[in-house]
This record gives sequence, structure tokens and C-alpha cells, in this order.
Amino acid sequence: MSNNIRVLLAKVGLDGHDRGVKIVARCLRDAGMDVVYTGLHRSPEEVVAAAVQEDVDVLAVSILSGAHMTVFPKIIAGLKARGVDDMILMGGGVMPDEDVAALKAMGVHEILLQDTPPNKIIETIERLVADRGER
Amino acid sequence: MAKQIPSDSLVVRALAGDNAAMARLMSRAEAGSAECRPALAQLYAKAGRAHVIGITGVPGSGKSTLVSTLTLKLRTGGKRVGIIAVDPSSPYSGGSIMGDRIRMSELVNDEGIFIRSMATRGAQGGMARASLEAVDVLDAAGFDYVIVETVGVGQAEVEIARAAQTVIVVSAPGLGDDIQAIKAGILEIADIHVVSKCDRSDANRTVSDLKSMLTMGMAVGDDRLWRAPVVPTSSVNGQGFEQLIECLGRHGHFMRSSETGQIRVRKIAEFRMLKTAEDLLRQRFTNARRGALAAVSEQLAGRRISPYQAAEQLLDGINLKGTP
Repeated sequence: MSNNIRVLLAKVGLDGHDRGVKIVARCLRDAGMDVVYTGLHRSPEEVVAAAVQEDVDVLAVSILSGAHMTVFPKIIAGLKARGVDDMILMGGGVMPDEDVAALKAMGVHEILLQDTPPNKIIETIERLVADRGER
Repeated sequence: MAKQIPSDSLVVRALAGDNAAMARLMSRAEAGSAECRPALAQLYAKAGRAHVIGITGVPGSGKSTLVSTLTLKLRTGGKRVGIIAVDPSSPYSGGSIMGDRIRMSELVNDEGIFIRSMATRGAQGGMARASLEAVDVLDAAGFDYVIVETVGVGQAEVEIARAAQTVIVVSAPGLGDDIQAIKAGILEIADIHVVSKCDRSDANRTVSDLKSMLTMGMAVGDDRLWRAPVVPTSSVNGQGFEQLIECLGRHGHFMRSSETGQIRVRKIAEFRMLKTAEDLLRQRFTNARRGALAAVSEQLAGRRISPYQAAEQLLDGINLKGTP
């Protein structure tokens, strides 16, 4: 028996918009994934600690507040500090294209913007987890 | 963490307090990986020191909130607390949304607390398949308390009573009358009754219903040495938590020092053995029956054979001793 894909969905900082993240949670659940949702207003450190304890395949952060260029570097540093090198980091929300390129260069595996259809989200997660392989 | 690191090395790191190693061992236990079985055996041998507390109750009764407040109070005493929070899997997709962390948000930035969410994935009884292996990981790693929060249960999911030293059953005000309180099932397994949300005005009624149920038990000759206390709590104003911690301490001591406690330790061991054996059998059965299932179920659906005959046909020729 193998495990379902585990995904931690997080909302970070002063961002109360959680309709999108709840819809994503529901889509992933219906695709057979185990989804841990942290709730609103978490700090990057809290998100990293939770993702490590939950040993998720994918840490996905939803940001609609514009703080992505501050939040992601902290999350990447936090994972590194804890010696985690096989977790897939994803972002979702509203971000300018040049920031998306910068975040990917920083080590975020994929950014899916606000107009991404649910099937694309599921396919992307399944592909990234398959590419990573067993752990 | 490096990929495919052997489970034996993870044990060394987990025992030294490495959260990522503990978490990875739990994932491997959940996957039923054969590679991690010797590692889990090492942890089982080292475990047995933590006070394992099961918390159960109907959906919405306030289990996660109670766990959160209780854990904060236990932390002020310097104790390390591990939490296994179980949520249901979808019967259709097999997926889940686990939201217990939302109500435990105050517990995250503390190295003395470890929270793991687990989905039931077809397991009955209110726990997940590898909940108890996850308890072993935390117990062996030196956590003083390990709290298992079951899924919101109905009236009959009582498996936690066969796995924890102390079972807390949470009842919320306003759900049912005094007849609910004397029915058989979940209320019987409590070592401690908690009535949550006691800042609400109708809580006294629930407290008195539970107390009169327990008095009735005495009247009909219940001779158990431990009388389950009824503790009203409120996570809004902190009421009742000192009493709850006192009751936990008293029950923990009772379990360590009484014959009842020794019997429970043996019952827990027996339960885990039987449960593991059942899991193995089910896995072997599922693997072995593959070809036969479609043909037999077609005969059964056409009512050419009975369910009993179909089951016998399916079981015939299956070697349950094989490796899974």
C-alpha cells in the first residue's frame, strides 16, 4: 500500500482571502490527495514547522496580499535550515510575471496564478511528485 | 532530508529529537513499508513511557479546541506533548482535508510540541491505520504526553479505548437528552468525561445528565475501582483545565499502580497484535482475490449463488500465509 500525495496548504501573513485556497483544497481532496490546511495568518516559520512535522510531499502557499517576495525567501531559508531538501514548494495567487520568474529562480518549483483551472493544479502536483520519485 | 535515507538512520535522528526524521518514519509506517518494520520495532521497544491520552467525541464537540488548550496548559508545566490528529478520508476519492491544525495554531512555534495529521483511509473505529505507530515514534522520542484525537465519532467507535491509557470523552451541551446519556457505547469508555463549551448556559444540564448516568451505574453494581469524573471546561475562559490536568495525573497514577492498569497494558498489547494480524490478513486477501472477484460477484449479482457460497468460493484456494 502506498501513501496518498500529501499537500500542506498555507495562507501566510495579513491575507484573509481564503475562498481560493478552500476550493483548491476541495479539488485536491477529490483527486485523492491528503490535504492539511493550516488556516489564515500563519508566519513563514510556522508554515515550515508544520510542513516538516506533516512530512508533506508538497508545501503550497497561497498569497493574494503581494507579500510573496518576502514570504517565499523566508520559507526557502526555513526548509534549508531544517535540512529538508526533498519537499516540493509551490505558490498560488496573484503575482506579477517578473516576480514569478524570480521566485522560480529562487527555488520555488511552480507558481500557479489565479486563472489556473483545477485540473491543471492536480496534474502539476502529480507530475512534480512523480518526477521527484520515492523518498 | 536526503532521499531514501534508511529507516534505521532515521531512528537515530528521531531519538535525538529531529522532527523531520520522526515525520518521515510516520509516513513510512503509514505506507506500510516493509523496509521500516525493523526500525519501528526498535521504537516500540523504547516506547511505553509516555502517558497516552485518547480524546474522542461527536463531530463539533470541541475536541481540537480542547486538545489545543490542554496542550498549552501542559506546556506551562514544561512537559513535551505530541499530538496525532485524525480526520476522515473521503469514501469516494480516498482523499481528505485535515483541518485540526487550524484550531491548534497557537501550538506551532514550540519545539516541545509535535502535531501530525492523519487520515483514516478506510480504517474503522475512529483512528487511522498507523496512528499507534506514530504514537510509538513520539513516545520513544521522549514526549511526556501523546494525545490521540480521533475523528468525530458516532455512538459506537470505541477503538481508542483499546489503545490509550486514559480516554477522555468530550460531550458538548445541547446535543441530546438524559436518555442519550444512558445508551450503550461511547460514553461507557470514558475514564474522564469532559463537558466542553461550559461558558454556554445549557452546559449545567449536560453535566448533571452525565453525573446521574454515572450514579445509576453505581446503583446497578458497577464495581470498577476508577469512577470517571465529569469535568466542565471552557476554552474561552480557561475554566476547568486545572481540574482536568489533576484528573489526568490521578488517572495516570491509578493506571501505573493498580491491577486495572496492568490489565489495560496487556489489553492494549493484545489489541495491537490482533489489529496488525487483521491488517496483514486483509492485505493478503486483497492481493490474492484479484482474479476471482469479478467472476464470483457476477454469479452473485445474478442470484445464481448466495452471498455465503460466494464468500466460500472466494476464500477457497487463497493462501493467506503468503507474503503480502
